[in-house]
Amino acid sequence: MSTTTPSSPAEPTTPVGKTADYLDQRTKIGVLTKQLVRKVFPDHWSFMLGEIALFSFVVLILSGFFLTMFFEPSMALTRYENEHPATMHGELMSVAFASTLDMSFEVRGGLLMRQIHHWSALIFLAGIVVHMMRVFFTGAFRKPREINWLVGVTMMILGLLAGFTGYSLPDDVLSGNGLRITDGVVKSIPIIGSYLSYFIFGGEFPGEHIIPRLFTLHILVVPALLLALVGLHLFLMVLNKHTQYPGGGRTNNNVVGSPAVPAFATKMGGNFFIIFGVLALMGGTMAINNVWNYGPYDPSPVSAGAQPDWYMLFLEGSLRLMPGQAEIVIGGYTLSLNVLIPAVVVPGLLFTFLFVYPFIEAKVTGDHREHHVLDRPRNVPVRTGLGVAFLFEFILLALAGSNDLIATHFSLSINTITWVFRILFFVGPVLAFWITKRICLGLQRKDRELVLHGHETGRIVRFANGEYIEVHRPLDEQERWLRVNYDAHAPLQIEPAADARGVKRKGYKSDKRWQRLSRFFYEDRVEPVTPAELAAAHSHGEHDELEPTHSAPELVSGSGDAEREH
Amino acid sequence: MSENQNPQPSHDVTPHGGDGTLAQADRFADPGVPEHHPRLADSDPRAAKRNERLIALLFVVSAIGTVGSLVAYFAVRPDGTTEGVRLSTLLLGVGMAVSLLGIGIAAVHWAKTLMSNKEYIEERHSSSSSAEVRETVATQFQDGYKDSGIARRPVLLGSVGLALALFPLSIAVPLVSSVGGDWNVSKFRHTLWQKGTRLAYDPSGRLIKAADLTVGSVAHVIPDVPAEERESHHWITEKAKAVVLLVRLDPRDLKRDHREGASHDGIVAYSKICTHVGCPVALYEQQTHHLLCPCHQSTFDIADGAKVVFGPAKRPLPQLPITVDDEGYLVAEDDFNEPIGPSYWERLK
Amino acid sequence: MKALAARRHHRLAPVLLMLLALLVTGGVYAALAPSPAAQADTASTADIETGKKLFQANCATCHGPSAEGTAQAPSLVGVGAAAVDFQVSTGRMPMQMNGPQAEAKPPQMNEEQTAALAAYVASLGAGPAIPTDEQVDASLGDPANGAALFRTNCAMCHNAVGAGGALSEGKFAPPLFETSEQNIYQAMLTGPQSMPVFNDANITPDEKRDIIAYLDEQRDGSAGGLSLGSLGPVSEGLWAWIVGLGLIIGAAVWIGAKSS
Repeated sequence: MSTTTPSSPAEPTTPVGKTADYLDQRTKIGVLTKQLVRKVFPDHWSFMLGEIALFSFVVLILSGFFLTMFFEPSMALTRYENEHPATMHGELMSVAFASTLDMSFEVRGGLLMRQIHHWSALIFLAGIVVHMMRVFFTGAFRKPREINWLVGVTMMILGLLAGFTGYSLPDDVLSGNGLRITDGVVKSIPIIGSYLSYFIFGGEFPGEHIIPRLFTLHILVVPALLLALVGLHLFLMVLNKHTQYPGGGRTNNNVVGSPAVPAFATKMGGNFFIIFGVLALMGGTMAINNVWNYGPYDPSPVSAGAQPDWYMLFLEGSLRLMPGQAEIVIGGYTLSLNVLIPAVVVPGLLFTFLFVYPFIEAKVTGDHREHHVLDRPRNVPVRTGLGVAFLFEFILLALAGSNDLIATHFSLSINTITWVFRILFFVGPVLAFWITKRICLGLQRKDRELVLHGHETGRIVRFANGEYIEVHRPLDEQERWLRVNYDAHAPLQIEPAADARGVKRKGYKSDKRWQRLSRFFYEDRVEPVTPAELAAAHSHGEHDELEPTHSAPELVSGSGDAEREH
Repeated sequence: MSENQNPQPSHDVTPHGGDGTLAQADRFADPGVPEHHPRLADSDPRAAKRNERLIALLFVVSAIGTVGSLVAYFAVRPDGTTEGVRLSTLLLGVGMAVSLLGIGIAAVHWAKTLMSNKEYIEERHSSSSSAEVRETVATQFQDGYKDSGIARRPVLLGSVGLALALFPLSIAVPLVSSVGGDWNVSKFRHTLWQKGTRLAYDPSGRLIKAADLTVGSVAHVIPDVPAEERESHHWITEKAKAVVLLVRLDPRDLKRDHREGASHDGIVAYSKICTHVGCPVALYEQQTHHLLCPCHQSTFDIADGAKVVFGPAKRPLPQLPITVDDEGYLVAEDDFNEPIGPSYWERLK
Repeated sequence: MKALAARRHHRLAPVLLMLLALLVTGGVYAALAPSPAAQADTASTADIETGKKLFQANCATCHGPSAEGTAQAPSLVGVGAAAVDFQVSTGRMPMQMNGPQAEAKPPQMNEEQTAALAAYVASLGAGPAIPTDEQVDASLGDPANGAALFRTNCAMCHNAVGAGGALSEGKFAPPLFETSEQNIYQAMLTGPQSMPVFNDANITPDEKRDIIAYLDEQRDGSAGGLSLGSLGPVSEGLWAWIVGLGLIIGAAVWIGAKSS
């Protein structure tokens, strides 16, 4: 499009032109801008899920800046002399807690900013989760975007850290007990646990260092890392160009959409204001984290409903589900597996899955191509099933972390809930995987059916010979293309164990293991309809649609060549 | 980049996504980008005008929202009461939301209805650099390697490695040695309790007479220290280990103590810090004598040596041995005989 | 459903019995009752007599004919008038069906009957008396001290602001937003059901009033806006997902949709 902008050698006359000229003469910025201004971005609502995370992060920085003007990260003790809130008047508390109260009750708009900040944090992480779901289920993490997926997972973990460090800053009873749980978890780590606890707290829990330390992490280290990674994430996104959903004319060699300037940029800017507006509305109308209800931190009290923010609930649930018998003593040393497994091993496994999945899938697919056209989730049943199983586990653990509230709100016994969840922890994901995979295969078969036989119209026609048939309307080519344009990958083929001369091949065992995994992924698959099949279906005769037996499933099992019933 | 015109209007074979590896003659042809449908506002100037007016109105609403929030800021001066702060927060928040949503909705509506929605197609290029570029870079690095002469001077390689590996220590050692305080982790073993320390109510600090406790009552207890000492960090850290839950049972209900002879006439004192991860366990159910932790639901049977009956804790709560002194006040006979709170590696050493 | 219907059927029996008893005692009461004002202070013999009849009709099945307790229910000798008033005025007693715990429901007895029952039980043995109006007057209490006491002694079961919480095996600590000042005081004093006793040595009468003052403060709601049930981070998270993310994703769908 650069050709449309007249690039006359004449001196610029407008102020904008002069500024642009000034900048370009010194930075060659024109080259960069040329790439960006009319860059094409595909349009789809699900591509805006990442913007939720990005823009709530911007709101977090803006509101966070406001809060730092009034917050004092000190654990020095003080007596709260302000009249309001009446329930805190005259209490001994840390300066951190007192300044939180002060900014809520004395600084006009302070409570609004606190609430906007906290709601933004919840939405930031929720935005990350839904964005990751979109990327995972559509296969947007495939080559060349594996690196960006890793950047994204790292940002999610940093987001958790940002949330956790911020949650603890007001030094209230609720977050203080959260820190105490953290201390307990850290102590369970073999050999270095006690020392790690001292490392974090500067001595025994709670000490007088933790709040300033968390503050530095919360407003400097973590956001700086996040900002750097956000930059990298967006840079890679622009470099690789955005993925697009399958459809007519959308190939791995192009990108179809609207240009950055003006339509896309305007929508993106508008979305920022909408997201900020919703967060402001939430901050103005819905109370969140009223720390004066919890009171200043004191090691003795705890309140019912002692839970972390939602994104940490899975850890809380994991701790709640684990039976205590797992703690063992080896040679006089205590190994708290009842803490270590739920608080370290379980999240470790979950995060590892996220980090390695793209590489495992690429390996079992034997796929080295670049992918810019997204998958429809149904067309990759095992990936979709694994994703749903993962989400099931995550949600189950979050629910387990809320089991006391489930008990009171549904009149159940907390002990029963815990036992049901303990069983579901193992059974649930397997079931979720299996059911999802079956649904995907079913949907694929439905697609085949539709391509081969068209839409039902409800019109019944009688032939001269007295036969009735329902008229089916064939799909138009766009509809059909959407349903046939995918690859049904087959399991990996590997070289035999021994070559022609009977010499054993190195690496055969490892290949065999990968092949087994590959079978798990691609053993059951539904092939897309080919033109030949469609022609065959039509040549069967006009009344072909009436025969239900004809729609035998096109499920192919086993490796090797597909055996078709056609 | 070219405007929406299907690059290949007719093609018999569309290699799927252009990946040349799989030649798929047995595939349908790509029908190309669907036809562009013009919007109402594209053809009807009156519809366009309507949208224009609506967008302008939304921007004006936003401006009103901003002004409204400023008015609320100066006009509503909360007195600090719950109602006052709530009203101020509500007005400021809603004003701000109107101001932001006005801009956002107007901008999006503008982009959707008045800016061109023609689809453009931009070519993609391979994500990797070309073979020549790679070769050039490789050569550059090789030249640099040769130029440095590091291959011929192994002593340099070794020494630079040594220096680089050691230099972070000059920062790390002072940091690590100070960051953990005195690193004396044996402090976990001891609390403020010792022989003769009186038991006091938390938070008032009043002393407790055995006769004051009725059966079925529970008291949250701290060691008796002078009030001024209770206003320091040291106290909070010590309190985090020393808090005790005092329960009076009917002596007939008390099956056993966790520590022999530690109870007094049906009065038992157990550490309030959970042996799981250290939450204060405090939900005492008077009828079942069960003590429940609200954090992870570990349940301890106070009548039976505080053994774990449910949940993620393994060990019973440590028991504080108590008796009464001459004046009838409850006193500790000793410190806990095991570290309180969560397990750690060298707990039994 | 059948089982439920059957239970309902059973449930009517004590109600009918009670109505009958009401008629009888009502008649006796109308004839003997002195002025109601005097009756509040001194439990007359007539009150005790009325209470005894009510007790026989409504309570004796479980608590025994002379309130000495049975295998199903504890002895009421020495529990005091405060315990009776708490249990009966909140509708927990008479209990209608077995469950993990007796739940509050619309009270079966009116104020006079409750007073008569309390007088009768109080006559069986000394126990905590019903607190005076001054003892439960929130305006005389110090909410800040109440907050500190509530945090240490109550919040672990009843939640930081008294929104209630779960206990083991289906039992729960009820929310306190609707509980009357009298009932809050009585509960601390007598330790109903799972709740421990907080006698006057543990939490002094003044401190109890401070706690009432703290809970009274909570009835103003939250300074931040809608309190969302005051249940803490779980309900906040749920609202963030449903309301916040719901609105934002809704907006994204609108932005992404083609304009007509």
